[in-house]
Amino acid sequence: MDIFLTLFINGLSEGALIFLVSSGLAIILGLMGVVNFAHGALFVWGGYAYVWIYQMTNSFILGILAAMLIVFILGIIFEKFFVSRLYGNAPAQILITLGLNIVFIEIIRLIWGNTPIAIKKPDFISGTTIINGVTISHYRILLIIIGISVLIIVNYILKNSKTGMVIRAGVQRSDMVQALGINIRLYFTIVFAAGAALAGLGGALYAPLAGNVISTAGANNQILAFIAIVIGGLGNFSGTAKASFLLGLMNAFVAWFIPSFAVVTNVLVMAIVLAFKPEGLFSEGRKSILRLAVKK
Amino acid sequence: MASILKVENLNSYIGQYTILQGVDIEVKKGEAIAILGRNGAGKSTLLKTIMGLVNTRSGSILLGEDSLVGIPTYDIANKGIGYVPEDYGVFDYLTIAENLKLAIRNDTKDGDDRIAKVYDIFPDLRKASERMARTLSGGQRQMLSISRALVNDNKIILIDEPSKGLAPVVIETLAVALKEISKESTILLVEQNFSLACAIASRYYIINEGRTVVNGKIEDLIQDTQLQATHLGI
Ligand SMILES: Nc1ncnc2c1ncn2[C@@H]1O[C@H](COP(=O)(O)OP(=O)(O)O)[C@@H](O)[C@H]1O
Ligand SMILES: [Mg+2]
Repeated sequence: MDIFLTLFINGLSEGALIFLVSSGLAIILGLMGVVNFAHGALFVWGGYAYVWIYQMTNSFILGILAAMLIVFILGIIFEKFFVSRLYGNAPAQILITLGLNIVFIEIIRLIWGNTPIAIKKPDFISGTTIINGVTISHYRILLIIIGISVLIIVNYILKNSKTGMVIRAGVQRSDMVQALGINIRLYFTIVFAAGAALAGLGGALYAPLAGNVISTAGANNQILAFIAIVIGGLGNFSGTAKASFLLGLMNAFVAWFIPSFAVVTNVLVMAIVLAFKPEGLFSEGRKSILRLAVKK
Repeated sequence: MASILKVENLNSYIGQYTILQGVDIEVKKGEAIAILGRNGAGKSTLLKTIMGLVNTRSGSILLGEDSLVGIPTYDIANKGIGYVPEDYGVFDYLTIAENLKLAIRNDTKDGDDRIAKVYDIFPDLRKASERMARTLSGGQRQMLSISRALVNDNKIILIDEPSKGLAPVVIETLAVALKEISKESTILLVEQNFSLACAIASRYYIINEGRTVVNGKIEDLIQDTQLQATHLGI
């Protein structure tokens, strides 16, 4: 029972991290039809930006905000100068985002080097609480709280704001959104950058959990995020959230009970979903949103 | 009367295909003009070219004094054009109310009153206002699409085949509404349903293979069965 609770909390916190990365991917894919392979680099930039500012100011909050801001700006640059020229051209998007991923990770290596930089959790959140013999990490609780907060906030924005309406409408009919007098390109830039900032937040929160930042940290997290959006239904936001937490929990339990299976399970689940329910496990019959998004 | 929309020698293309190759149209304030012609003649493409959704190769499109050629679709719409596309263009994952709200432009101050007014024209929409548009029937979608063009004070409304694919009773309802709307708005109406076009428009242009070939008063066309047979296949 004790181990069950520990694994549950670990799994939820892993899920929250996966969600922060996958949510940005899902939004970008859902609205713009862009599979962003540079998301891993944005994640790593979030980690380094956090460490840089945290070491300078000793403030967790400032570190997190700076990471999000820096990666938001990177997102604007990526969208304005590269991705925006290639809407509707999936192969070119894949190439350009893969290229950006490589270049921006190399830039990290140029600035910060190749060796991991150690980073501790801030004191106020580094402790643990023991309840009935179960050890609970405060930092993991914080991750869960942030993950769920982001889920609620983004969901609220999608449902209630004008930006949300434009996104929901634009995913289906970007031509008609424009024909109503709305400059959807402006929204594309903002949404791309916001999705990037979420990846940056994920990277920033991941660094203290892992205990270090390293330029290669993006790859694994990006793959997990991709698996989450496939399972969740491409571009489907709430489906991606469910899939992220599912993956986090599954990873935690499988890694504990059958460690040798830990890596294959994710891919296996994705393969099964693709084979039997390719529109995603949580897609409510809203099939092939990707095709809708690419069509414009 | 001042002309609201003036299209001269318009040529437009999609990819490597030239679709329009010489379209001339003039719409004056308060008029309802019908665009007629066989399937594939280029009627929908004309509306899309005006909206900037299809590229212009040469010729001019003037809204009042302003040229619409080469400017982005959202700027064209913001100059005061409402567009009701052939396939309704309704946003499935927005409610009816949200579809209407999104259509209200920044410079429209009386948006809520206008929404109330379209609900009076189409009471069905008021009843279903909180429903997702994906649950609507074809007729309701058409009503919603037309309504979106009415929530702003547009200089002109472009409507593409409102009767297409709808049941006769629904078409009748739409005809009444469109007649009502045409009293207050300037309309460019593409329509294959000849009797509907006659009920609403005062003048017509016939498009054939991307060119305007004939135009005149609707009354005269109603008499001219020869012309109808040649260009409309009636
Ligand atoms: N996306 C496209 N690519 C190539 N040709 C097109 C495309 N859309 C329309 N066309 C062609 O343009 C012509 C005019 O089409 P359209 O304007 O839809 O006709 P109408 O509305 O009068 O029935 C048709 O011959 C059609 O095949
Ligand atoms: Mg047509």
